[in-house]
Amino acid sequence: MIAASTVDPAWYLGLGAVLFALGATGLLVRRNPLVMFMCVELMLNAVNLTFVTFARELDDVGGQVVVFFVLVVAAAEVVVGLGIIVSILRRTPGATADDVSLLKG
Amino acid sequence: MEAAVFAVGAVICVVGAAGVILNRNPVHSALCLVATLFGVAVLFIAQDAHFLAAVQVIVYAGAIVVLFLFVIMLLGVDRAEDLGEEPLVGQRPAAVVVGLLLGGVLAGTLAAATITGLRSAGGAVEAEESTPNITQIGRLLFTDYLFAFEITSVLLVIGVVGAVLLARRSSAGTNVDADEEVDEISSPRDREPVEESA
Repeated sequence: MIAASTVDPAWYLGLGAVLFALGATGLLVRRNPLVMFMCVELMLNAVNLTFVTFARELDDVGGQVVVFFVLVVAAAEVVVGLGIIVSILRRTPGATADDVSLLKG
Repeated sequence: MEAAVFAVGAVICVVGAAGVILNRNPVHSALCLVATLFGVAVLFIAQDAHFLAAVQVIVYAGAIVVLFLFVIMLLGVDRAEDLGEEPLVGQRPAAVVVGLLLGGVLAGTLAAATITGLRSAGGAVEAEESTPNITQIGRLLFTDYLFAFEITSVLLVIGVVGAVLLARRSSAGTNVDADEEVDEISSPRDREPVEESA
């Protein structure tokens, strides 16, 4: 590290916590499946930010490698999840998360 | 200098995240998500993770959000959602309370805790002019994390196959009426065998 860190890592971690809480709240509040999915992405990004902060704080690139894997898994998750959402919304147009209760007895 | 970058990035992130939640139109939510992703990329650069910042912009803002917008436009669900309507009475206030509690617990943990753990000896972040960030990540990816990397490729193949399968089933059902299809799904025993073979 050349540049002396002028920002305390706790600020980055705090921002990560705020982003995660916002994403979780959105996931609970919204009913549009697509927006709920976006909130999941928000939570993933908050965790990524935390990983990068710890990678710098502990001088370990391993944290950044984990973020790389999270990105790959998020991409795969979005592909499959959007496929499921497309098939649900084609079957019942305008469905919200409450309408998808086919498995309910 | 870093404080200014952090302040700008943090404001962009939080405003974007609030926009994702509060916008009624899914398209506006997706655009706010782009703002948050760019803000996180800026914070990655501020923390010397240059490669991840580039990947963040290319994969997240470039590919994933475009996929979101593509699905929104394809399905035509870009009309506003009525946030006032509550199918479960009291669910929204409860959700906001739970979210605030979660944020409070996380912030409290942060305030009470100290960062422990040994500073790494092996994969140390070296001075930038000696080894670039991307070289360090690449070296670590193909030595210590090689197994995880290979598993990731398997995961991607599974994802592609799953997406093709899901898309094929729904496109085969477009000729059938939407209501009929629901009946068919909910009571598979009523399905005629002729339909199966065809």
